Amino acid sequence: MAAVPEPPAAPSEAPAPSPASGPAASPAPAPAPSPAPAPSPAPSPTPSPTLKVEPADGPAENHRPGPGAAAQAPAQPPAPPAGPGPKLPDKQTLLAVLQFLKKNHFKEAEEILRKEANLQDSLDESLLRAAGQRGADSVHQPDVSSVLSAYSNEGDPSLYEEYYTGLKGFIETALDAFKAELSTLLYPVFVHLYLELVYNQHEREARHFFHKYHGDQEGYYHDDLRVLAGLSKKEHMQGNETVLDFRTSKFVLRISRDSYQCLKRHLQERHNNQIWNIVQEHLFIDVFDGMPRSKQQIEVTSGGMAGEAKREANKTKVFFGLLKEPEIELPLDDEDEEGENEEGKPKKKKPKKDSLGAKSKKQDPNAPPQNRIPLPELKDSDKLDKIMVMKEATKRVKLGPDCLPSICFYTFLNAYQGLTAVDFTDDSSLIAGGFADSTVRVWSVTPKKLRSVKGATDLSLIDKESEDVLERIMDEKTACEFKMLLGHGGPVYGTSFSPDRNYLLSSSEDGTVRLWSLQTFTCLVGYKGHNYPVWDTQFSPYGYYFISGGHDRVARLWVTDHYQPLRIFSGHLSDVTCTRFHPNSNYVVTGSADRTIRLWDVLNGNCVRILTGHKGPIHSLVFSPNGRYLASGATDGRILLWDIGHGLLVGELKGHTDTVYALKFSRDGEILASGSMDHTVKIWDTVKAFEDLETDDFSTATGHINLPDNSQELLLGSYMTKSTPVIGLHFTRRNLLLSAGAYNPL
Amino acid sequence: MAEEKKLKISNTLLPTESMKVIAEATGISQLSEETCQSLTEEVSYRIKELAQDALKYMHHGKRKKLTTVDIDCALKLKNVEPLYGFHAQEFIPFRYASGGGRELHFYEEKEVDLSDIINTPLPRVPLDVCLKAHWLSIEGVQPAIPENPPPEQQKVESTEPLKVIKPGQEEEGQAKGKGQGSAATDGKGKDKKKSLLDGGIMKLKPRTTHELSVEQQLYYKEITEACVGSCEAKRAEALQSIATDPGLYQMLPRFSTFISEGVRVNVVQNNLALLIYLMRMVKALMDNPTLYLEKYLHELIPAVVTCIVSRQLCLRPDVDNHWALRDFAARLMAQICKNFSTTTNNIQSRITKTFTKSWLDDKTPWTTRYGCIAGLAELGHDVIKTLIIQRLQIEGERIRTVLDGPVVSNIDKIGADHVQSLLLKHCAPVVAKIRSIPDNQESYKTDYGYLGPMLCTHVVKARAQAAMQAQQVNRTTLTITQPRPTLTISQSPQMSRAPSIIKVPSSITVPMQTLVTARPSTPTQPSSPATKFIMMSSASGSSTTQQPRPTLTISQNPQSSQPSTSPSIFKVPSSITLPMQTLLTRPSTPTQSSPSPTNYIVMSSSSGSSSTQQVSQWEYGIDSWSRQWLPDLRFV
Repeated sequence: MAAVPEPPAAPSEAPAPSPASGPAASPAPAPAPSPAPAPSPAPSPTPSPTLKVEPADGPAENHRPGPGAAAQAPAQPPAPPAGPGPKLPDKQTLLAVLQFLKKNHFKEAEEILRKEANLQDSLDESLLRAAGQRGADSVHQPDVSSVLSAYSNEGDPSLYEEYYTGLKGFIETALDAFKAELSTLLYPVFVHLYLELVYNQHEREARHFFHKYHGDQEGYYHDDLRVLAGLSKKEHMQGNETVLDFRTSKFVLRISRDSYQCLKRHLQERHNNQIWNIVQEHLFIDVFDGMPRSKQQIEVTSGGMAGEAKREANKTKVFFGLLKEPEIELPLDDEDEEGENEEGKPKKKKPKKDSLGAKSKKQDPNAPPQNRIPLPELKDSDKLDKIMVMKEATKRVKLGPDCLPSICFYTFLNAYQGLTAVDFTDDSSLIAGGFADSTVRVWSVTPKKLRSVKGATDLSLIDKESEDVLERIMDEKTACEFKMLLGHGGPVYGTSFSPDRNYLLSSSEDGTVRLWSLQTFTCLVGYKGHNYPVWDTQFSPYGYYFISGGHDRVARLWVTDHYQPLRIFSGHLSDVTCTRFHPNSNYVVTGSADRTIRLWDVLNGNCVRILTGHKGPIHSLVFSPNGRYLASGATDGRILLWDIGHGLLVGELKGHTDTVYALKFSRDGEILASGSMDHTVKIWDTVKAFEDLETDDFSTATGHINLPDNSQELLLGSYMTKSTPVIGLHFTRRNLLLSAGAYNPL
Repeated sequence: MAEEKKLKISNTLLPTESMKVIAEATGISQLSEETCQSLTEEVSYRIKELAQDALKYMHHGKRKKLTTVDIDCALKLKNVEPLYGFHAQEFIPFRYASGGGRELHFYEEKEVDLSDIINTPLPRVPLDVCLKAHWLSIEGVQPAIPENPPPEQQKVESTEPLKVIKPGQEEEGQAKGKGQGSAATDGKGKDKKKSLLDGGIMKLKPRTTHELSVEQQLYYKEITEACVGSCEAKRAEALQSIATDPGLYQMLPRFSTFISEGVRVNVVQNNLALLIYLMRMVKALMDNPTLYLEKYLHELIPAVVTCIVSRQLCLRPDVDNHWALRDFAARLMAQICKNFSTTTNNIQSRITKTFTKSWLDDKTPWTTRYGCIAGLAELGHDVIKTLIIQRLQIEGERIRTVLDGPVVSNIDKIGADHVQSLLLKHCAPVVAKIRSIPDNQESYKTDYGYLGPMLCTHVVKARAQAAMQAQQVNRTTLTITQPRPTLTISQSPQMSRAPSIIKVPSSITVPMQTLVTARPSTPTQPSSPATKFIMMSSASGSSTTQQPRPTLTISQNPQSSQPSTSPSIFKVPSSITLPMQTLLTRPSTPTQSSPSPTNYIVMSSSSGSSSTQQVSQWEYGIDSWSRQWLPDLRFV
């Protein structure tokens, strides 16, 4: 790892387009002919500014205009000498930079800049205030104008095509080894050239440019291209989120040093300022040493809206191990086993106890400290439940290629309104369905009917000391097989049971997450925070915490007894479509319509993994029971397997022909079940998939991944339903696979 | 990705007229063109944005179809009030009208009589959502229960090298396995389970057809009654139901038995009408894409074959048209062969053998004979060529003895008559294909005996008819229509129908030279028009009317004694004289008048495998031809 210096850390790499070089370099009166910009004097303390979309996030908001406005300076080919009395826009730029420096406590740099810019403090202050006001005025889209202004440097519109074809021609004639890597450059350059044309109101040229070259771009960018195709006016750019994404985030490319040198040489030789500016301002080129990657290697990890993940983004250590199970004494009088033969009984018990004990006593080296995040204490009922889990675990079917799980399919009939979400309780006794008509329905699939607690007056009559008080508080009259929960004002897109089966969460189009009591079957809390549809929600495996993610591009971490979120995870460039807790509850993973998956640390809210490789919006995520692997499914019908520890893609399962909406590992993790819109449940052999993993240091360090194409070997079974899309999957504690979906006769 | 399709994004805009219309509708008139232009751009952009947002809702709603609700949600997202009242589930509620050069989409609002609504009884409350559990798979094997899709839908899957055994096969073992909750047999031979099966053999139920639910029984009763009842409208509906309903898998054994028993009884009673109805049921069952009849062929094939070859199918064989039933059943049989014949069950060869055997038998009555021939003829041109045409002479003799000889019985005479027309009908297209022009009565007579002359007439008629048809089809384009018999270099010096034929007594080079010289004679044209050949395949459904002919054949008649290098003769039958002239004259006339710079010469050729050889011949002809004078030859 150390052998690969990052561009910002290596000042000798003069034109290294580090994100930090912008703000730091711009004020310096560097009259450098633009292709060779000033060396970046200091690496920024925030090398990858994950821009918070949330306005509540103070520093981020002020931070944003900084790099955007500052980036303007190097963009103008001969940098204007910062003489006395600069024009107003320049002054504002300077002020923005000053503000930025001040904020980040770069006292010396600030001082020098002040001196060089001949700015009086007093004037400075007033202007600062004005600038602040200006910022306040444009609260609605605080960053748009400043961000877009980077496009204002105007070139001859007719030359843009030449720029692009020049680059394309260069890439085509480049050495084969570099070609694959360099061709990743085409898409971002294409987009930015196009946006620049649009911004400068060369409508006709822009359209012509787009239509001539959009066919060159890779298939997985089509969705974004479709959005961009509609743009033809500068005004359209104002509210367009995709454009904002391109502006606010740098497109990340991973390129080997050789390829990069080759590119640099070409751009310098040709004095291709326009391309060079784009490369500098809008792209982040993650240069690594070593062999250039092949087309296939690039292919597997590309597809994200903003390119690949930076390598450094996946360097943080992740504690993916499981937490130590609390020690619970197994009651010795095991009724269920009494029926079995007498002499086998004592023998059987011992090894079982040992194995269970050994498992829970040994601390997983990869596990987080037990108290890394506070977890709720176990109640008596939880302990009873844990004992049940252990008991059932001993009866678990050992699955494998020779022993496939039986699948029980729960079909929702007459669901004309549309079933949009399904969840099962861990003990498989309840099923919750979220519907497009705003209702949530809970079914009991065991003979035990659903009963609600009696009213207050009736409850006061109950003898609280009696043995069966828990039984007495239930109202027998309300017993029925299913209950309907009314309260949402829009389609319900996510449901999740609490681990203790007392609560149910539901998230809806109306922007709320609701907590329902399964004792009274009423709504307890409506958590408001997402102003837009909430696509998914899930309880932590330890209860108490839950996560939600929605159209507002953030995921929020909540606890049930606070009406405000504890953490806001922002960084996705598009809707957060699904959210899942890690089995140890210290991490959450979110999938997004920007085709990336991010892993967040619950403790500090940091993004610790960015996983790219999907070619469509992600709609399902699941952790393996041991916490080490992650499976994800997307609209492209592919399932990808990830190693969380290394942040690497380790497998690809092809077979589904439509969006994968449900994924689940078996209880021991040997089998992965997937359910899809194509009406099938497929069973995959994960033991084999994880068997010979390439987790050697080389691939870990470089991210060079060679995926074996063995989907067919890993596919153990495919079961078709009768026109029922599969949207829910669950393994019972004995490894019976439950699946659910609404029959759709069309 | 290599397999990625190239993206084609077209920046479609709404027409500016729409803006005008909408503006007028809201009371704003006199919008300037400029305003319209910018409006349409803005509106188009916003609509696209909306559609993209609405797609998100569709994906999260786990649907494949975008609904109006999705659009409403997308509007809400943009802080725009949704369009209330457009909750159409299935269709776009717009009607289209055009006239006076205007096209209009409008929302049809019918006048509703309130009293009608008030007086109609309330509709039934829709059923509430309910949950139903079933086994999708039991230890890796999908049980064949009604909740699971019928095996034929999974045929594709079962052919894949999965470890799952074919659900269809499993069904046979189900009689055994049913006792264990249809845990079924296991192809992998798991010892543990085998022993379980052996141990549990006492519990095995005898093989029974499974119970139908009350609804299914009712349905069965309704359908069968309608199918054989007297009301034709009802029957049509019932057959429609059989042909389209996806859930009939359960009842298939019943239907199959119903048909086979029905045929058995009605053949004895000579009830022609009922036999026809039953055959129509078979057809409907075959038409149903969700049913896979392979398991029931042992019942259906005898029934169908009975209807083809039975000695007597009706009470008055001299009057009733049982021939139609035989034809229909023969077509069904051919369809069955096509759909289900495999190398293992060999249906087609077995059926062919059966037909041939009874046809060859001298004692076979004319009705059965007719059926056999019909059955064989429907199996395709190859069968006709190899089996029927070979026997034309013998069969002709037999017919002659009945028709020309002393009147034995009227019934025989009718029978022979039908056989004759059947043979002519089926053989003519095939003969037309294997024989080349000229259609000479004499040679036909020598080749095919008694039927020869008649066959010759049929062949000629067939060719002419095909030519006519194709001509009509392609009238609008500049065409050589139906060039099938157009240019034939034949080495037979004989001409039977001289007056109708244009004789070009020189070799093929003459017209070509004309064409070549014609081109330089139009120097005013900047560039020579590209001539394209459009190959039309005129595949019409019934095999009887179609006479696929080679288009341009350089035929090498083996009978001809002349060497092929000798001057050949162009013979063009009368029906295609005109297109021929067009072909000859077209390139020589400058195309200034025509707006399109491209000449299209449309050639038709029959589709179908049997004619491929001729097509390639034809291509060869064109190719050598084109090299000399066609700049751009493309088959579109």
